[in-house]
Amino acid sequence: MSENATTPNIQIAGLDEGQRDLDLEREAIALKVNDLALYYGEDQALKGINMRIPEKRVTAFIGPSGCGKSTLLRCFNRMNDLIDTVRITGEIRLHDENIYDKSVNVPHLRQRIGMVFQKPNPFPKSIYENVAYGLRIQGVKDRRRLDESVESALRGAALWDEVKDRLGANALGLSGGQQQRLVIARAIAVEPEVLLLDEPASALDPISTLKLEELIYELKDRFTIAIVTHNMQQAARVSDYTAFMYMGELIEFADTNTLFTNPSQKQTEDYITGRYG
Amino acid sequence: MSETDTPQSDQGRGGERGESMDLGHHISQQFNTELEDVRNKVLTMGGLVEQQLQDAVTALVEGDNRMAELVTTNDYKVNALEVAIDEECSHILARRQPAAGDLRLIVTIIKTITDLERIGDEAEKIGHLSVHLADLDGSRATFSAIQSQGEHVRHMVHAALDALARLDVEQAVATAREDAKVDKEYEGIMRQLITFMMEDARQITRSLDIMWAARSLERIGDHARNICEYVIYLVRGKDVRHTSIEQMEQEVRRGR
Repeated sequence: MSENATTPNIQIAGLDEGQRDLDLEREAIALKVNDLALYYGEDQALKGINMRIPEKRVTAFIGPSGCGKSTLLRCFNRMNDLIDTVRITGEIRLHDENIYDKSVNVPHLRQRIGMVFQKPNPFPKSIYENVAYGLRIQGVKDRRRLDESVESALRGAALWDEVKDRLGANALGLSGGQQQRLVIARAIAVEPEVLLLDEPASALDPISTLKLEELIYELKDRFTIAIVTHNMQQAARVSDYTAFMYMGELIEFADTNTLFTNPSQKQTEDYITGRYG
Repeated sequence: MSETDTPQSDQGRGGERGESMDLGHHISQQFNTELEDVRNKVLTMGGLVEQQLQDAVTALVEGDNRMAELVTTNDYKVNALEVAIDEECSHILARRQPAAGDLRLIVTIIKTITDLERIGDEAEKIGHLSVHLADLDGSRATFSAIQSQGEHVRHMVHAALDALARLDVEQAVATAREDAKVDKEYEGIMRQLITFMMEDARQITRSLDIMWAARSLERIGDHARNICEYVIYLVRGKDVRHTSIEQMEQEVRRGR
């Protein structure tokens, strides 16, 4: 309980190890959302969103279907640009640069902010070529550099040991969980700053899900991670901060421990305890 | 609040003063039932413990051997309830993964029943002492002080359970405040007994027994205070253990 003023501030060896107190005020900020609104034609899907996504932390977005969490996630790398009827007001700043500025090179932005979707979507190519794909697009030709990057990305995605003997095999022959980790390897091979995960585990079995969650925990040392999930326990397990959204609004954003033990909003309480409000 | 009603159920304990915290309205009806059930078991256990405490003090003060033995044999019921409630709580944790208010309720219950069980043990101790004391002749001068301390402590336990049932943080703080008075009463009894022992060495065995009983009552006051602290955690989500009563009041006044 970070904001508990009454708890005496006593330092006891061994008591604080492993569980640092999270405080949004003290975090370095990767993404800043200012007054963001989004319309699909006449329908407003996001309303006045203001939030700061801390750097090298896992931020989870939870909320009922249609609350706008996936839409918001897609705003972070301008995936909504692909939909004609979408209109966006407000801004999102990646390290103080407005990503909706006209001068922004969108493919370059998506390299800095990578995304992984619900269903694993490897290319129908070899495992190696899947991971090397982004680098090749960037014009990397040096074989040794490619080899190194592919190995490091596959290790980073906790997949190396399972595929190192068959890098030439078709990626579609991997299991669902392996494919999802391959897609993550592909995303991190280009060294993004932010990784967006849209329901990354919803098509996976429980063991693959746990492996993926473990991977998320390891990846946050290097990347800022934003994850949308329908599974509240998953949000509670993997995230440092949790945002609860409802009907296009950000209702509550707090460190995950506080949000899941003592939320300040009744709507949040009703949702996470499984009540109808 | 009448002195006779034991917190057996919701009847007559409507939330006139307490804050709202609904156990119902889960999408899962079964979950509503489970939480309601485990909560009622805690209040049943509380009622039983209160009865044990009252009987123990009566047995001691009136030298009622039969009642003293009843108290000592009935302690197993308190223990059995503790075990049963603990088990239900672990089932709920495993199967429901409760969050927010539901989670705080389960944590509160698990901690509360530990204190209730210890109150039960102290009552049992007083029961044993009563049996022993009934066989010894001597002055009954301290008994009225013990009786008054016992009344006081029993009222604290009752009020703490009442605060828990009604989620009443104001009452929780007011009850926790009473603990200091009980401690004072204990000190008074101790001083009185020391005087007796100095005056007449033959009174030492007996005086020590009475002192142990007073000590048990004082401990029960501490347990009741603990329960009050859990009530504040349950309702406000703030951990006020190991803080002063003033800090506790501040936390309650701050509101949500």
